[in-house]
Amino acid sequence: MTATETEQRIIRYNDAFNETLAELLREDPDIFIAGEDVGRYGGVFQSFAGLNAEFGDERVVDTPIAEQAIIGLGIGAAAVGLRPIVDLMFMDFVMVSMDQIANQAAKMKYMFGGKAKLPLTITTTGGAGLGAAAQHSQSLEAWLIHVPGLKVVYPSNPYDLKGLLVSCVRDDNPTIFTLHKAMLGSKGHVPEGLYEIPLGQAKIVREGSDATIVAIGKMVSEAEKAAATLAEEGIDVEIIDPRTLLPFDMDTVIQSAKKTNRIVIVHEAVKNGGIGAEISAQIQEQAFDYLDAPVTRVAAPFAPVPFSPALEKSYVPDAESIAKGVRDVLHRNS
Amino acid sequence: MATKEQTKISKDVLFDLHRRMVRIRLLEEAAGQLASEARIPGFIHLYVGEEAVASGGCVALKDEDQISSTHRGHGHLVAKGGEFKPMMAEFMGKATGYCKGKGGSMHISDLDLGMLGANGIVGAGVPIAVGAAFANKYKNNGLVTMAFFGDGSTNIGAFHEAANMACALHLPIVFMCENNEYAEYTPRDRVMAITDVADRAAAYGMPGVIVDGMDVVAVYEAARVAVARARNGEGPSMIECKTYRFYDHAGVSGLGRTYRSDEEVQEWMDRDPIKLFEAQLAKAKVMSEDEASEIHAEIQAEIDEAIEFAENSPLPDPEVDMLTDVYTEAS
Repeated sequence: MTATETEQRIIRYNDAFNETLAELLREDPDIFIAGEDVGRYGGVFQSFAGLNAEFGDERVVDTPIAEQAIIGLGIGAAAVGLRPIVDLMFMDFVMVSMDQIANQAAKMKYMFGGKAKLPLTITTTGGAGLGAAAQHSQSLEAWLIHVPGLKVVYPSNPYDLKGLLVSCVRDDNPTIFTLHKAMLGSKGHVPEGLYEIPLGQAKIVREGSDATIVAIGKMVSEAEKAAATLAEEGIDVEIIDPRTLLPFDMDTVIQSAKKTNRIVIVHEAVKNGGIGAEISAQIQEQAFDYLDAPVTRVAAPFAPVPFSPALEKSYVPDAESIAKGVRDVLHRNS
Repeated sequence: MATKEQTKISKDVLFDLHRRMVRIRLLEEAAGQLASEARIPGFIHLYVGEEAVASGGCVALKDEDQISSTHRGHGHLVAKGGEFKPMMAEFMGKATGYCKGKGGSMHISDLDLGMLGANGIVGAGVPIAVGAAFANKYKNNGLVTMAFFGDGSTNIGAFHEAANMACALHLPIVFMCENNEYAEYTPRDRVMAITDVADRAAAYGMPGVIVDGMDVVAVYEAARVAVARARNGEGPSMIECKTYRFYDHAGVSGLGRTYRSDEEVQEWMDRDPIKLFEAQLAKAKVMSEDEASEIHAEIQAEIDEAIEFAENSPLPDPEVDMLTDVYTEAS
């Protein structure tokens, strides 16, 4: 599965994205990238830097600001045999293009009786933490996992980013690949060369016995910090990073629930109708008898993402609120 | 009328234009009848009256070229080479349909014929057509995409985004507007401040022409010019076909309605594209009335056979078919 790891090469999350795209473009002439500012400028976060220079205007395409047409461009090109990567600069723009994503890309195969094959990857950036306010900070995975036909991926570190991105691009279904914009500068080990991490396979980030944290995207690193704090209190938590949100690796979560009997789900999106609700429902359907405490969710309050750093900081879950959630399911809060 | 152009068009092409129109008309009349008898479930949006647009457009295309369609998509699929049996079976929700009964009338498609799908969302097929056109340019395969859409589609954002993008990227595409004067049940002049959709073409930087959408030769001639332009790498064009729906937006009623007058309907029906063309062909001694009748009878027999096929076809099985075709499995 993985390339030969001859050295521990440490690179940034954003650079892992860029390098993976370059390697994919070199490997497969049917792959092209299109989106706003992705060409000459290299993307608003420079995630696409240098690609237009290497691969040209034909393969790294600057588009108008037209999110519906950007997704449509990818759908039509995929339907007739290419392998497009189209970029929605911010995940918030998913709503602008939702018809093309949910009514067109996701349903085309089924509506056409199986004939359509849509190897389309939609890349985007989600998450809060940069003071980007209500329309540039959302995590909208719950909107997407509701739609049969899509695959939804949210990597929490550079290594997974590369392997998952390769799997998305090589997948013959429409996939939505979300970078966390507050993690672009984070670093980790990433091998050179292409490797795949299968979609729909969770990772047990930390093994533990007292409670399980299921954390998504940037919340994984916050959960790891919480685990360190809790360890000092004698609480041994398990952390699961689903990595792919649709299809969701429920088996790994259920196994862990049967082991620890206590579950805390953490995500950045608002709690109401979030992915945590779905995970929680499935846990009670499949492992009710194993639970020693109600499944708990640590998520954003039911308000738009606020601008002021003072508000935003307490809006997004962090190690402290996650640790509190774990203490709750263990009845350890005084 | 159009005799000058006809002299330049081969007899084969004239017969082809005629045959495609009649195939659409007779299929649609049969489908309407079956729907009114509840032998076809769901909604049905009939193409009767607009046959010259799909036929004139598609005869100007190669088989390998692509089209995108609308919720009024039967005519486009027939014009692109769709067969009656899998179409009728799809209308009836049968497992032998083009979409295994999962799409129905409103999503009927056959990608093998380059038909990118009828579409339940107004205007949504246009960005997809732009994507196919992008792929043609990318692959340098010489193919052209034709996007069919109605006047109502040109009021939705996706249309404007797609038209602008196609022109900005200089793609091999033809924007084929069926202006039937009504957006569902609302007359054009209540929802648009312009009379001619073709006026919009200039805003994107492409030529826009207006043709009589009841005159199949006029449509074909305009399409031929636009398709050649696209194929030669000269970029997008728009053709506005002034046409009319003989039936309502959906269903099989057409007369005695409050949103349009019977007199108006009758005026357009007097300009029935098939009758007009058959009169021209007879006058030019290209096709006699008897020959035309034979063609109608032959196609009708094929439709009757398709209805029988569809009615005798199995329904999809919920146990087996519900969850297949949602995803493409890894090969």
